[in-house]
Amino acid sequence: MLTLVSHILPLTLIRRERVLPMPGRILVRKGQKVNANEPVGEYKPHRDYSLVDVVRVLGVPVDRVDQYIQCEVGSKIAEGDVIAGPAGFTRKLIRSPKSGKVILTGGGQVLIEFDEQPEIIQAGFSGEITELLSDRGAVIETTGSLIQGVWGNGLIDSGPLVNLASSPTLELKLDQLDMSQRGSVLLAGFCRDTQVLDMAKQLPVRGLILGSMATSLKKMAEELPFPIILLEGFGQFAINASTYKLLCSHEQREVCLNAEKADRSKGTQPEIVIPLPASGTLSQPKAVEYLSQQQKVRVLHSLHARSTGVISRMKGKVTLPNGISTRAVEVRLDHNGEKIILPIENLEILA
Amino acid sequence: MTTSIVDADSLLAIDVGATSTRAMLFDVVDGRYRYVAGGESPSTHNAPFFDIREGVHASIEQVQLITGRVLIGPDEQLIIPCQPDGTGVDTCAAIISIEPVPNVVVLGLLDDVSLESAKNLARTTYSHVVGSLSLNDHLDTEARINKIVRLKPDLVIAAGGTETGASQSVLKLIEAVGLAAFLLPKEKRPEILYVGNSELWDEVRISLENITSVQFSANVRPSLEEEQLEASRMELAKMVTRFHANHTPGVSELDLWARGGLLPSSTAFGRVIQFLSKAHRNKKGVLGVDISASAITLAGAMDGDLLSGVYTEYGMNEGVENLSNQVDLAELSRWMISDLTEEQVRNYLANKALNPSTMPVTSDELELELAVLRVLLRNAIKSYVKRWPDTLQIAGETLIAPVEPVLITGDLLNRFPGPAYCALMVLDGIQPTGITTLIEDQNRIAPALGVAAALNPLLTVQVLDTSSFHHLGTVIAPVGYARPGTPVLKLKITYPSGHESVLEVKQGSLETLPLPAGQSAKIQLQPLHRYDVGMGAAGRGGCLKVTGGTLGVIIDARGRPFQYPADPGRRRELVKKWLWTLGGN
Repeated sequence: MLTLVSHILPLTLIRRERVLPMPGRILVRKGQKVNANEPVGEYKPHRDYSLVDVVRVLGVPVDRVDQYIQCEVGSKIAEGDVIAGPAGFTRKLIRSPKSGKVILTGGGQVLIEFDEQPEIIQAGFSGEITELLSDRGAVIETTGSLIQGVWGNGLIDSGPLVNLASSPTLELKLDQLDMSQRGSVLLAGFCRDTQVLDMAKQLPVRGLILGSMATSLKKMAEELPFPIILLEGFGQFAINASTYKLLCSHEQREVCLNAEKADRSKGTQPEIVIPLPASGTLSQPKAVEYLSQQQKVRVLHSLHARSTGVISRMKGKVTLPNGISTRAVEVRLDHNGEKIILPIENLEILA
Repeated sequence: MTTSIVDADSLLAIDVGATSTRAMLFDVVDGRYRYVAGGESPSTHNAPFFDIREGVHASIEQVQLITGRVLIGPDEQLIIPCQPDGTGVDTCAAIISIEPVPNVVVLGLLDDVSLESAKNLARTTYSHVVGSLSLNDHLDTEARINKIVRLKPDLVIAAGGTETGASQSVLKLIEAVGLAAFLLPKEKRPEILYVGNSELWDEVRISLENITSVQFSANVRPSLEEEQLEASRMELAKMVTRFHANHTPGVSELDLWARGGLLPSSTAFGRVIQFLSKAHRNKKGVLGVDISASAITLAGAMDGDLLSGVYTEYGMNEGVENLSNQVDLAELSRWMISDLTEEQVRNYLANKALNPSTMPVTSDELELELAVLRVLLRNAIKSYVKRWPDTLQIAGETLIAPVEPVLITGDLLNRFPGPAYCALMVLDGIQPTGITTLIEDQNRIAPALGVAAALNPLLTVQVLDTSSFHHLGTVIAPVGYARPGTPVLKLKITYPSGHESVLEVKQGSLETLPLPAGQSAKIQLQPLHRYDVGMGAAGRGGCLKVTGGTLGVIIDARGRPFQYPADPGRRRELVKKWLWTLGGN
């Protein structure tokens, strides 16, 4: 069965498309070097419109309204510009409240589109723009370490990595935070204290990488102004050994956090990228592989969640301890060598 | 060899679901149509394929392996019709229920008249209603334009005006829709389904046809008192199929294989229920329950009149996400029998929301997921029953009046370790009243039969009548008021052998009488304390013939409306006892 692959790679080619949700303006050029939080493109997700009823506001007859309208379709208007008038004894005018563009006129009405602040999409990691995608986005590439997480709060930033996790399970405590960590990306095992998140916000830090976090902190984490990435999930899980070793080796290096929300349907996961120089040609890691014997896997959920292991046997349909009948494999767990039977849906391939 | 559709023998049905894609082969065996074999593979409309074809091919390959029959040609296309060398299949039918579903804005004049009907129409298929417009919102045209532009709907359902009723107000709303659609990029303009005052068709067409695609169907509210969704339901179903075809590669090809007959699964399921209701003609309704990752679909029909509700918010995927974000888990706790703490439950739900297709492995996890399913099913039925024409009001709650049978299907049937769990889920979640029969679609072929009915009605009739469907048994659920422990029903069952059994049922109990599948028996019911067993009035008893099933005859006197006891220990003890009574462990 084809299964999604989750990556923990010390050195690989990382290539990502950064695509605007709608046509917009691309702010970079091919060959340009970008930082993680640099804008790649901008778009206007919301436009505000105003439908000015000239007939009603000026009190003029509908068959003569056209002579009062002072703007043309397609014309740009600034705040305060006259849209229609003067009319009547008081020489009444209709002025535009904001700058914008005239979209339509007709039937005694003028439809105006107002200028809105554009939203940007950021690069996500430091790299080079290798391709432009018309008015929709750009492709960014780099070489380096890639670690994919399971949950993010949607933000992007980068900074030097500071390791506060002397062990993969260690809880991040308030007394571990101080001003010296300002502007850093912190790595810790587990967090369950709202005060810790609050202190991180006060410093401020540029990002937080956690093995796991108490579910009760989720809402607060979603509202923090820096990216947070969970490597393992909600609850209390140790950072898996490979990830921990890799991140520890990068202490003080610049790490880029793209904490975008995990969406398996789109194939997006929060990611940590540590740009590194590479000699020789590297290829992109596979996004999907066939589940097979000897594959290295990680348990996604349920029994032995977040444990890693190797598939020792493909089992076909089995009956689980709870009585459910499903397709399963036998996995030999890394941490204790125990062999357990798990549904194939509960596994991801680890690369 | 050309084969006319009417004479077609074999049929391959393909079901592309949110989690899995299934191929089901039906053919004539011993002179009757039967379900021959099925293949299943994970659906591939999501990453990394973003194309349903990989999953479709993988599921068909499994059918090929099982049957030894070649169905796919060297050109990777389905071989239609059957060839002289035995390869291929005569016809193909297909259904779909993938995500994302279209975002819909509904529009009507009055909130509790045409707008409500527009919402009910949206409910007949997989969709998210993201906003609504009506005269009651007191918005001017400018505000309506801005609202639609911000919502960026994929579809707009525009109702309003009874026949020979309001026109100017409807046209004002349509004007706002047209302007908003004009302002959106061409490829993002919503398709519009107009189901209002039919006298305005020409004006609506003139207003919209140069801006975006607009379809017309019968007025959903031809008068204040009457709601008519039947005609527009199919039109909306086609629009949803088109939405998927425009958004997901491979859907158009599947539709070609199905000769343009690709339908949303919920529509096909509704057809089967409609069909059953015409077949049964028992003056009750027939109820279908589809429990899937993408939605809970409830389809009820009385003599061909269908009322369906698709609740995407109560599908396992969205449902778990919503529950995990809830502050108060009291509703979930009441259905739980495991020892998990609130923190453990919250962690499980939060992690499950990250990986919704994972399976529970331990008993505690299974019990938690079944509790979640009960919450979702209860919420769905509570919404649905408000529109069902025949209901009972008991203790401040609205319950569905007796229906027969209750057909259960859906990909989440794989969460039940056995028939006892499935039956208890229905009894707890749907809470049927009176007398009914429970049928489990263990092969999950019911929606496929619904879409096949258009091509080959005989196939649908014959397969529905086979052992492909698992008869769980007959349920008798008396309704009334009495203290726990009070005898509320006396019954006598007379088996074909002449042997009789007498049972006195107490309030609060769940009992069974053995009666294997394929056997029938006569039951005499005598309700006590004016309990209603669905024989026409409270206190009225009588005789009836019942058919057996895996679980026999189930008498559910636990009460209606019913909820598990507040005390966790007592809850655990009772559920174990009920499962044991039903034949589970």
